[in-house]
Amino acid sequence: MVDATPHAEQGIPPAETPELELYHPRGWWTTYVFSQDAKVIAIQYSGTALAIGLVALVLSWLMRLQLGFPGTFDFITPEAYYQFMTMHGMIMVIYLLTALFLGGFGNYLIPLMVGARDMVFPYVNMLSYWIYLLAVLVLVASFFAPGGPTGAGWTLYPPQVILSGTPGGQGAGIVLMLVSLILFIIGFTMGGLNYVVTVIQGRTRGMTLMRMPLTVWGIFTATVMALLAFPALFVACVMMLFDRLLGTSFFMPALVEMGELMSYGGGSPILFQHLFWFFGHPEVYIVALPAFGIVSDLISTHARKNIFGYRMMVWAIVIIGALSFVVWAHHMYVSGMHPWFGFFFATTTLIIAIPTAIKVYNWVLTLWRGDIHLTLPMLFALAFIVTFVNGGLTGLFLGNVVVDVPLSDTMFVVAHFHMVMGVAPVLVVFGAIYHWYPKITGRMLNEAMGQFHFWVTFVGAYAIFFPMHYVGLVGVPRRYPELGDVAFATDSVHSLNAFITIAALTVGFAQMVFLFNLVWSLRNGREAGGNPWRATSLEWQTPTTPPPHGNWGAERPVVYRWAYDYSVPGAPEDFIAQNDPGSRHRGAV
Amino acid sequence: MAETTLDGTAPEQSRPAGLRGVAADWASDQRAFKSASWGKAMMWIFLLSDTFIFGCFLLAYMTARMSTTVPWPNASEVFALHIGGVEVPLILIAIMTFVLISSSGSMAIAVNFAYRRNRRATVALLLVTALLGATFVGMQAFEWTKLISEGVRPWGNPWGAAQFGSSFFMITGFHGTHVTFGVIFLLIVARKVWRGDYDDGARGFFTSRRGDYEHVEIMGLYWHFVDLVWVFIFAFFYLW
Ligand code: HEM
Ligand SMILES: [Cu+2]
Repeated sequence: MVDATPHAEQGIPPAETPELELYHPRGWWTTYVFSQDAKVIAIQYSGTALAIGLVALVLSWLMRLQLGFPGTFDFITPEAYYQFMTMHGMIMVIYLLTALFLGGFGNYLIPLMVGARDMVFPYVNMLSYWIYLLAVLVLVASFFAPGGPTGAGWTLYPPQVILSGTPGGQGAGIVLMLVSLILFIIGFTMGGLNYVVTVIQGRTRGMTLMRMPLTVWGIFTATVMALLAFPALFVACVMMLFDRLLGTSFFMPALVEMGELMSYGGGSPILFQHLFWFFGHPEVYIVALPAFGIVSDLISTHARKNIFGYRMMVWAIVIIGALSFVVWAHHMYVSGMHPWFGFFFATTTLIIAIPTAIKVYNWVLTLWRGDIHLTLPMLFALAFIVTFVNGGLTGLFLGNVVVDVPLSDTMFVVAHFHMVMGVAPVLVVFGAIYHWYPKITGRMLNEAMGQFHFWVTFVGAYAIFFPMHYVGLVGVPRRYPELGDVAFATDSVHSLNAFITIAALTVGFAQMVFLFNLVWSLRNGREAGGNPWRATSLEWQTPTTPPPHGNWGAERPVVYRWAYDYSVPGAPEDFIAQNDPGSRHRGAV
Repeated sequence: MAETTLDGTAPEQSRPAGLRGVAADWASDQRAFKSASWGKAMMWIFLLSDTFIFGCFLLAYMTARMSTTVPWPNASEVFALHIGGVEVPLILIAIMTFVLISSSGSMAIAVNFAYRRNRRATVALLLVTALLGATFVGMQAFEWTKLISEGVRPWGNPWGAAQFGSSFFMITGFHGTHVTFGVIFLLIVARKVWRGDYDDGARGFFTSRRGDYEHVEIMGLYWHFVDLVWVFIFAFFYLW
């Protein structure tokens, strides 16, 4: 039997650390609200992230309504459009996806999958959530601030970000946005330290790093990256806050606004771009790596086959994580940088394609001659592979300076990043929810509603973003509330815009069905049992479902094998759980 | 200090030495750092993250300084003190640096005494450390006051590039905040040592976890880090 760990037959070492002293809640408040249990915190994180994500979704409808039927909706002024766009982008990337993957899935899955009783410092973990909630509330407050939220674009580029012509620039909008980001980073750091230490120091007996499910590897690497990338955003936010509130000129050059010379001078807008993208590019992978990890487990489980090239997959995750810190300036090709820099960053960017392609091949090879069950998680996983390849290919185009320069700031870019970091990770989020919902609640999600949700979302996402590539190639710029009568925009562009809007509204409706399903199945779903997918990893082997406080009964599980023992020849069942001692204890197979 | 952990987390003795040992640790189950407790590991990783914050601040400052078109104020004049009729360059900052570095020394001795369970000496040294830290912050407040009275503001100063004041206040302020938090936590740890909380395993007020003398060492890690960062700020701000 293939086991990624050598010496699997040797005895399992004795426990090295004493048991984690759990905090035992004494009442309703400390059980469900100020809970220190990672599972409750995970649900709080996910609920908040989904709620604020819903806001971002509604904002995308409003944007699409304006783009598809310009002039029809009086309340969507250009200023409002910019505000919707900025908040949509920022919420989707940070407050939804980052929080959901790391705070949500990270909290739920890491302790369970590595066989821990909880995160190593549950109290700090709890604080992490409450600070995140505060960050979200501050963000929401900016909608109600005088002047409304900032409309500077999610990249918050100076100098325009704090000029009076930008919505929220001289009002409270930008201040609240920056404060909210700073809070988010502080809160995230508290959680992130927990996730990392739990993985490196808190595993159960027998759980070596190379036996961890790829989900844990993805979330772990993404967290390490986030701990190193968010500092750049933190610094950029602090400096921008000073520029806005104290009148410093870190990022602000001397400029004339409405005929008047401003008091700024000598700052460098390019410096902000460097800081922002030193965070911004890794952020793409902070969202993508957990998705990579989760999708590997979904594919392996639902194709009843071990993941192809486990070690390769782990190293690819780690290498992608490391490389993504040296590619940031590919977002700045049009900033006037030296051609040699462009050359350097184009090269590093294209090198990342290698480990990424390895992963895609390995997913496909895992499917190859597998026993593919077209369950909902599997459908979403398959949709992810297609979509991710799609977005990845346009990424190769944009990574080259000569191709990027003409395409920069067109709808082609919008289509590209929605494919690769919008739709693709969101598909994994859905797949993961269909996969783990039974463990979290004890009930299956409704299959019919799920099928509807999947097909409308998958086909709809393509209907939205595939034509958008063409619209961008024709030359339609990004961040324009309306096109007007321009010669380059053919009739097809206008009709496609209307088509995309209708598709976006349809996809949006399917998400309502999904949310309804989440609530409906809580009571009416089919009983799931402890291990409905017949999966190997530890979270499916808990004594009760949902897992109890402390996750395991009296004894933590002992791990004897990796997480991918599916369809082992000669085994009595088509999966062997990680904590199954196997033949040595059961007698010969 | 490999064997100093108190919670029964000492490494297995038969572990291979050198690189092989490291590889064995990372290939093993349960823990990758065999002698580090959770708290210590967490502090190290936090400090790594914090390093990136200070790194970004300093890089931003260097960028501003190198790309400015107006002259940068001359550090040895700006940071001079008028003592007995002569301008003594960098004197205040030299004393401040000396004070902070000394506090690292007293912190290190405090850790040693903590592991020997010498509560009295530990408390005394922690208090000395806190006092030195507070002195540092006090002198920093004095320096800020002096500069402000001479007309240095975040948005400008009489001698040249406005970014001088902006980065100075921002970076020393951020570092000073670190020192201040350090002092507060030194006092908390000192109180716990004094009350014997680490001997009888009293539970933390917020966390309801039992502490042990390792907390003194974790506190020390943070404190040494803050000192180390200061050395860089000192070099890049005052000596450049
Ligand atoms: C139904 C799904 C979605 C639709 C219909 C949609 C639509 C849009 C539209 C119309 C824009 C503005 C384009 C422009 O004028 O430049 C936009 C921008 C953006 N979207 Fe989405 N989006 C969706 C989902 C997502 C998701 C899941 C993400 C997560 C990564 C995301 C991230 C962004 C970002 C970062 C921007 C850029 C904002 C800016 O330019 O500052 N979107 N989206
Ligand atoms: Cu990038």
